Amino acid sequence: MAGSGYLGVDVGSVSTNLVLIDDKGVLQEKIYLRTQGDPIGAVKEGMKRLRATSGNIEILGVGTSGSGRRLAGVILGADCIKNEITAHAVAANYWMPGVRTVIEIGGQDSKIIILRQGTVIDFAMNTVCAAGTGSFLEQQAARLGIPIDRFGELALMAQNPVRIAGRCAVFAESDMIHKQQMGHKIEDIISGLCEALVRNYLNNVAKGKPIEPPVVFQGGVAANAGMKTAFEKELDTQIIVPEHYDVMGALGAALLACEAKERRNGQSSFRGFDALDRHYATRTLECTGCPNHCEIVNISMDDKTIARWGARCTRWDNTGDERNCLS
Amino acid sequence: MKLTFAHLGDYHIAVKALFETLGVDVVLPPPPTKRTMSLGSLNSPEFACLPLKIGIGNYLEALEMGADTIVMVGGIGPCRLGLYCEVQRQILEGLGCDFKMIVLEPPQGRPDRLLRQVRDIIGAQRISRLFDALRLTWSKLTAIDRLNKITLCLRPFEKRKGDITRVYEASLRRIDEAASPKEVQAAAGNARDAMKSVCKTEGRIGKAEDPLAPRIGIVGEVFMVLEPFANCEIEKRLGEMGVIVDRSIYLSDWAVEHVIKDAFRIFRKSKLLNEMAKPYLCHFVGGHGVETIGSTVAYANEGLDGVIQVAPFTCMPEIIAQDILAKISRDLGIPAMTLVLDEHSSDTGVLTRLEAFVDMIAMSKCRRR
Repeated sequence: MAGSGYLGVDVGSVSTNLVLIDDKGVLQEKIYLRTQGDPIGAVKEGMKRLRATSGNIEILGVGTSGSGRRLAGVILGADCIKNEITAHAVAANYWMPGVRTVIEIGGQDSKIIILRQGTVIDFAMNTVCAAGTGSFLEQQAARLGIPIDRFGELALMAQNPVRIAGRCAVFAESDMIHKQQMGHKIEDIISGLCEALVRNYLNNVAKGKPIEPPVVFQGGVAANAGMKTAFEKELDTQIIVPEHYDVMGALGAALLACEAKERRNGQSSFRGFDALDRHYATRTLECTGCPNHCEIVNISMDDKTIARWGARCTRWDNTGDERNCLS
Repeated sequence: MKLTFAHLGDYHIAVKALFETLGVDVVLPPPPTKRTMSLGSLNSPEFACLPLKIGIGNYLEALEMGADTIVMVGGIGPCRLGLYCEVQRQILEGLGCDFKMIVLEPPQGRPDRLLRQVRDIIGAQRISRLFDALRLTWSKLTAIDRLNKITLCLRPFEKRKGDITRVYEASLRRIDEAASPKEVQAAAGNARDAMKSVCKTEGRIGKAEDPLAPRIGIVGEVFMVLEPFANCEIEKRLGEMGVIVDRSIYLSDWAVEHVIKDAFRIFRKSKLLNEMAKPYLCHFVGGHGVETIGSTVAYANEGLDGVIQVAPFTCMPEIIAQDILAKISRDLGIPAMTLVLDEHSSDTGVLTRLEAFVDMIAMSKCRRR
């Protein structure tokens, strides 16, 4: 494939996703990778694959999102670095204009976004609690010896879902073990877990916010049909899972990069595919300038510092590279 | 006697001026840092709120520096702050610290009591200096508050990121050094000009220069609103995102309300906030619960674009306010978000929420035009 497009990169705790869209916003390419604790490596790997599949495509703009958005933004030379809430909302509304509720459950956090006429009017995000997130589901699947992609399918086979306390991941796990030792069927336990996590989401994240249709369910956990069904049962409404539910954050980032093009007079600050062959490294140092002992993160490309952050004061601001000033 | 007290935003400058003019040696704890936080949380009950923990950290650092007397405010609940003087005294005594603690209770119609407490600190012979000391303190206090208000209005328009903060911090040092109300005035005047000069626009201070710049009000618990270390520097961060911030609490206003008017039982402005809050909350719930509600209603009436409530984890008055905030937000159409804060090592989560909140407001503002 040749031509041009906009790149969106979502660096999350569990997965790193890359999306390439054309200037009409149509998805051309998507890459879903495991971050595995190495965001720089994941971004490089993703770009390598993109270069392999898309050849020498011209990148007109780059947007990054997710908890690793700054790091990815610096490495790639992003034109737009956006938080995941905005990115997910933009993508959901692009995919389904008029969407009123977005449920997003990712690896480490879950969010609810309420939109009216295409504009976010309210949102909430839960990061302090692991219950209900992808990591917890994965961990339980591993404990039960079930591949995560069969989790949803099994949940749908349940006939009598058991009641599991979903308030807290630790309680949920001990409750599950208890139920399993009592002799309940594994499908019933898994289905019960999905229902518990949905209740947990509604109590701890949505907290009474008006969940009105159309409701879009995205993020890695949307792959789990058991979760989708549990939401439908609890909310008594249809839940829509977008085709590219797993890369919606990256799609949003790409759309935002496309939108930001005008503001930049058509110029992109993308460093280019070749820049990925350079050596990127992060180095942490503890500043001893005051008792605050800020942990300064120093990002370097080859031997040149290209960005620094983590300081509370302005002492470390100057890196000599103007590019990292956006953030 | 070497006197110390806990930090609260930039107000140590005014409090220090008060005691130093009265001839008391002041040992100022270092500005709160991670060390302060670790010392505080290590030695405090886990479910006590952040103000207690940071306070303990401040005291321990000041005692290390040779302080022997701690001044702390009291209170009458139901907010736990009124209890903290006693809790903190016991914690520090338990750690084997040698110190004296003086608790300033709210006067509640008895100004003579407050006066007697002050006399106990400074000694009867120095009471004649009280008038001068109060005059200097008041001038510093009001100057700090005025400068902060200008900072909040101008930061979104600074030419280079961080300029306003740099000028503000330099000006605070000058206010700190000023020995008379006149010098304070001069320092504040210079600061004002310096701030204008680092801004893109030279319009009137206090007016929204850019009709598209979002305006967000900060409400919540007093310590969290006033102490940047505790609230992840919310004012600076929002300002640098292009937001004009309006802070609902200023100590100079608060002092008029809670010390002067409370001492003489004069009609209080907080009554106005009480009136505003009445349709939603008509009981005193302790702390700033009612003020949080009242200020939010006031901000909605003034046409601000959003309100952010900052509260320490486990704060009962703010938990009550938080649930009511959702209803006000729906009724009056003002977006509201709550940040519950505790000991953090990373600000990422807070930053993500702030960014998303500002994006949300900016987008709907764009649409309305």
